[in-house]
Amino acid sequence: MNSRIAFVAFNTFREAVRDRVLYNLIAFALLLSAAAILVGQISIDVERLVVLNLGLTAVSLFGVVIAIFIGIGLVSKEIDKKTLYTVLSRPLRRWEFVVGKFLGLTGTLVVNTFFMALGVFLALLYVQRHFDRTDWGVAAALYFIVLQFLIVCALALFFSSFSTPIMSAVFTFAVFVIGSLADDLRGFAHNAAGIQGMVMTAAAYLVPNLSAFNIVNQAAHGDAVAGRLIVYNTLYALLYSVVVISGAVLVFERRNLK
Amino acid sequence: MAAIEILDLEKTYRVGFWHRRPKLALRPLRLTIDEGEVFGFLGPNGAGKTTTLKLLMGLAKPTAGSARILGMDIDDPRVRSHIGFLPEQPYFYDHLTASELLTYYAQLSGVPASARAARVAAMLESVGIRDSANVQLRKFSKGMLQRVGLAQAILHDPEVVFLDEPMSGLDPMGRREVRELIQQLRAEGKTVFFSTHILSDAEALCDRVAVIHQGELRGVGSVAELTQHSQGNVEIIFCAKTVPAALASLGVEARISSEMVNVVLPQEQQDALLDILRRERIRLISLTPVRSSLEEYYVEKLRPKPSSMGASA
Repeated sequence: MNSRIAFVAFNTFREAVRDRVLYNLIAFALLLSAAAILVGQISIDVERLVVLNLGLTAVSLFGVVIAIFIGIGLVSKEIDKKTLYTVLSRPLRRWEFVVGKFLGLTGTLVVNTFFMALGVFLALLYVQRHFDRTDWGVAAALYFIVLQFLIVCALALFFSSFSTPIMSAVFTFAVFVIGSLADDLRGFAHNAAGIQGMVMTAAAYLVPNLSAFNIVNQAAHGDAVAGRLIVYNTLYALLYSVVVISGAVLVFERRNLK
Repeated sequence: MAAIEILDLEKTYRVGFWHRRPKLALRPLRLTIDEGEVFGFLGPNGAGKTTTLKLLMGLAKPTAGSARILGMDIDDPRVRSHIGFLPEQPYFYDHLTASELLTYYAQLSGVPASARAARVAAMLESVGIRDSANVQLRKFSKGMLQRVGLAQAILHDPEVVFLDEPMSGLDPMGRREVRELIQQLRAEGKTVFFSTHILSDAEALCDRVAVIHQGELRGVGSVAELTQHSQGNVEIIFCAKTVPAALASLGVEARISSEMVNVVLPQEQQDALLDILRRERIRLISLTPVRSSLEEYYVEKLRPKPSSMGASA
């Protein structure tokens, strides 16, 4: 990787850590411990289902909230605080700055998810007393959640490259919700006709198909995850993120800093 | 060789909800600053000084025109290795310590890893914040942040240094240190382009100054050039206990203090007075053209032009 991008990424990661972003892990640990102990007492044979559904959903939600709330400030905060002045007056290209920021935030989320994943597996061990082969599906679900974070970070960064933090948060959250319902949207588009159908089809393919990344139920039930889905989802997330980040770069390249 | 060539650089911002209304920030500006020169860019707040610096730093895109630094176009990323920049009221990543911040900037500026630590330590020492090297910047005072700003601007040993209001927020001691730093940069052969509205600093430090107002260049030249078109008077000081009677014929006023007479008279009467002093064997102490101060020049340049009276800013 270009070393300047790595320096920006590391600084972004360090900022997130020092701004106590990883403190969310404490809340997550408390939530999961309480849930594991509680379901161990009240549920029979469904402990795994409850712990995994709760754990994986919490991993996803905590991560998406972090991705949105840090992502929307990645560029706009630097413009507002004018910290960019002394950065962009150095031999650093604007696209390198944007990519570095993106990688720094996704790096933060990967570290965050790693610790949450440890928590999920510990809770699973607590209720199951052992691991078996079906638990690989949990790892796949966690991997898909990380891929989902890539897309949400890219969207937050894109919106923040031209709008205010509040509007960026609204846009990103809206796209996240619509993207999570992308399968339904495609179903509606398929049934609609004429211009309405064309518009809905365009919208359905424009928003990220985040529902394809949600295999929480499948993992909780111990169903196997197809290798092909892992490959497709990886390629889709990478491609979608690259396109969105390219859009953010195009906008940011033309921006006048106030 | 010119260090900075500004070739009709122009900036118009689009304002309003639909970004349709033009707001002129900088009229076509043409300036050349030579290598090794300390150049002062003077003007009141909102004159276009910061806009010019932003355009030169690539932080804003010019509407028209271009500029070259050390012969390279300002869009050429290589140019940024050769320049240092201190923005007005600089903000830095306050989660970092001073040492971490300078290390980060050294990394981005391409300072080799082997030289980074020594360079950062030297900079912290030179701006007097070595003892606070490991303190997070959120705990720094405004004056200390300005020192960090100066350190980051010269960290990578740039050939051209741009300083936007470098004395801003500094106490008298801090201002003196900045003046010394600029003089040191001059001694090292660096080119310094700094904007200010503190005229005494410009007068003391600059080889040349330019005055900008309402986005328009109003004058440029050395301090001596800009102030020499004075009222055409000379000030003559000579030793005498009383004013020589012959002076009355010249019709000039004289002030006496401590056995020295001070006379200000039109330049064309200078020879007549010198003849009187020679004739009466009076010792001449000094003869100096009376210059208007830079402040007078500045104020004159800021006056609305007759043709632009009533025009919008």
